[in-house]
Amino acid sequence: MEEMLKEYLPILVFLAIAIALGLVLILAAIVIAVRNPDPEKVSAYECGFNAFDDARMKFDVRFYLVSILFIIFDLEIAFLFPWAVAFKDLSMVGFWSMMVFLGVLTAGFAYEWKKGALEWE
Amino acid sequence: MADFFTTTTLGMGLLIVGQVLLIVVPLLVALAFLMYADRKIWAAVQMRRGPNVVGVFGLMQSFADFLKYIVKEVIFPAGADRVVFLLAPMVSLVMALIAWAVIPFNDGWVLSNINVAILYVMAVSSLEVYGVIMGGWASNSKYPFLGSLRSAAQMISYEVSIGLIIIGIIISTGSMNFSDIVGAQEGRYGLFSWYWLPHFPMLFLFLISALAETNRPPFDLPEAESELVAGYQVEYSSTPFLLFMIGELVAVVLMCAMTTLLFFGGWLSPIPGLPDGILWMIGKMLFVFFIFSMVKAITPRYRYDQLMRIGWKVFLPMSLVWVVLVAFLAKFEAFGGAYARWAIGG
Repeated sequence: MEEMLKEYLPILVFLAIAIALGLVLILAAIVIAVRNPDPEKVSAYECGFNAFDDARMKFDVRFYLVSILFIIFDLEIAFLFPWAVAFKDLSMVGFWSMMVFLGVLTAGFAYEWKKGALEWE
Repeated sequence: MADFFTTTTLGMGLLIVGQVLLIVVPLLVALAFLMYADRKIWAAVQMRRGPNVVGVFGLMQSFADFLKYIVKEVIFPAGADRVVFLLAPMVSLVMALIAWAVIPFNDGWVLSNINVAILYVMAVSSLEVYGVIMGGWASNSKYPFLGSLRSAAQMISYEVSIGLIIIGIIISTGSMNFSDIVGAQEGRYGLFSWYWLPHFPMLFLFLISALAETNRPPFDLPEAESELVAGYQVEYSSTPFLLFMIGELVAVVLMCAMTTLLFFGGWLSPIPGLPDGILWMIGKMLFVFFIFSMVKAITPRYRYDQLMRIGWKVFLPMSLVWVVLVAFLAKFEAFGGAYARWAIGG
């Protein structure tokens, strides 16, 4: 266990160095570059006029739908990972139960398709 | 002296820092030249000269660009959430960089030899979406907001098929460790032992999904200039913008490394008898990057609904069917166990 956790230490060090690198780059520009903001310069970019209101507005529900579908399929992949790693030691029961699971999922996918959840126009 | 680096805490810490720098510094320097190569290839395809002023043949172009970014003014748009606004490029860069911690460059040349390496890379590259979403939301401007939604939806859509393709590889190998996966591709037939042959259709799916996942052309829809300007990066300037650029390119190079490790046998030599080594790994990564550049130069841009249709209605069913197919082929050891390398390798 101790040995296994030791392998993760370099990742933490890597994380720290990556954060440091990003901070140094951002701070370099903030320190070195001349900052001279004026209302026209900092106003939100629009096509030639001032922004009317807050940009955080309602958006198309399809983006929401896509993220829900993503969660379903990503969870399924998360189930598949341990199954795939243990594949050589699997019994026939283990093999076929995952096939049944994938079958159920495919049925759900076909339903989504028929319902038009995957349509963009 | 050797004891100092293996026994004392300080020595071990210094060793790790040194190893990290040994990955990060060459990676960033290589990135500068890859950016230059990308532009040169693009220019050559279009019969232009490309960057040719700074240094010999314009080789120093990326470094000049870097200096230019540093001395530009950092603009915070009115109404922007300043903390999130700066956090977004940080997330983008950091997540792209730390995925390299588990990528092996040669037999045993890996910073962190964890047994769930692929899972780690998938997890970290999923987190990159947060950089895009945060950037678009914090800018408080309409183009970045819409652009970030598009980018995020695109990235997560293609992640599903990338995940399923990787599952097929894992079934064949029985391990999530990159070194094991490369080891399983070692065989008598040189380059015909690698996974690109048994997993042939998935190689193309993986390459195309990798392009879409990293927002590379022809899938760089958030940057469709005529409608969304530059997507989630519209309000960014100076080094925050640079961090987005570096993060994006590091992710592209990571995808080159993943393709090399999963399908082209990593550091294995293509011809039996020649020695294996890091040069093969780098050469194959450059080859994949060249393909990415050529695709950027010669293909027209997709429309957003076409992109989503391909992702969900073509790639997802195909990769799902492929997982089932590989599972059957591996279980019943078809084709002399070509899909069941765990019997040999690992």
